[in-house]
Amino acid sequence: MSLQIISIILGSLTLASALMVVLSKHPVRSVIYLVITFFFITAMYIMMNAQFLAIVNMIVYAGAIMVLFLFVLMLLNLNKEVEPMNTRGAQLAAFIAGGSLFLVLITALKDTLILGQTYRQQDNNIGLVKELGNLLFSKYIVAFELTSILFIAAMVGAILLAKREKQIIE
Amino acid sequence: MQAASSIGTSLDFYLFVSFALFTIGAIGAMTRKNMIVLLMCIELMLNAVNLMLVTFSTYYGNGDAQIFVFFTMVVAAAEATVGLSIIIMAYRNLKSIDIDMYNQLKN
Repeated sequence: MSLQIISIILGSLTLASALMVVLSKHPVRSVIYLVITFFFITAMYIMMNAQFLAIVNMIVYAGAIMVLFLFVLMLLNLNKEVEPMNTRGAQLAAFIAGGSLFLVLITALKDTLILGQTYRQQDNNIGLVKELGNLLFSKYIVAFELTSILFIAAMVGAILLAKREKQIIE
Repeated sequence: MQAASSIGTSLDFYLFVSFALFTIGAIGAMTRKNMIVLLMCIELMLNAVNLMLVTFSTYYGNGDAQIFVFFTMVVAAAEATVGLSIIIMAYRNLKSIDIDMYNQLKN
């Protein structure tokens, strides 16, 4: 089945670019590989018919957040100094810890009943803007309004954090 | 297994990708020392959780999980903004974003 082949290729490309985020030495390359990872995740959302989230993921993550990361990296101008890496022992400990976390997760997945099942077909249009908008503005309206307060707090906090230090330096 | 009417591939493949993404993000957060790369690894882990929520949302035909993914993206945007401004402030103090330079916070 061609859809299965497409999703397997997408999944392996996602994991490869996520590995390159961690493994590449240069932070700018990490940002670029993270953008590529988000593009592949967006493609996986489209394959699961979550179209609203695919567009939001593209705009918010790959558009806004990654530009912010890249902007801060360029602003700090870290090109000259080489990032010091952890010691071998610490890296080995991190890989062992992460590997055992992965092992636990896979074992938990293996014991569930969902193994090998495919998607149900009954309600195919839950990922569309109309359905999600109905949910967001009826059931989750309080959380949606609280989100704006969170954004205002984050904005004020970011401006305050960046500005106060400048005044002290001057 | 209803092969003809299935969207994409089986459920556990997406769950496997999500788990692997989370593990890669966790390993990156434990090995790297650049603070910006640490924030990026946290974004990677958040995306893994988002992928799993969308997978289960599509599987159960329930839209609530996709609303949660929307809120996760909102919180991630706010977190990245505040975290990056904290990094800028810390860089002005010590001229470095190496995470080991900031172990003086524990004293």
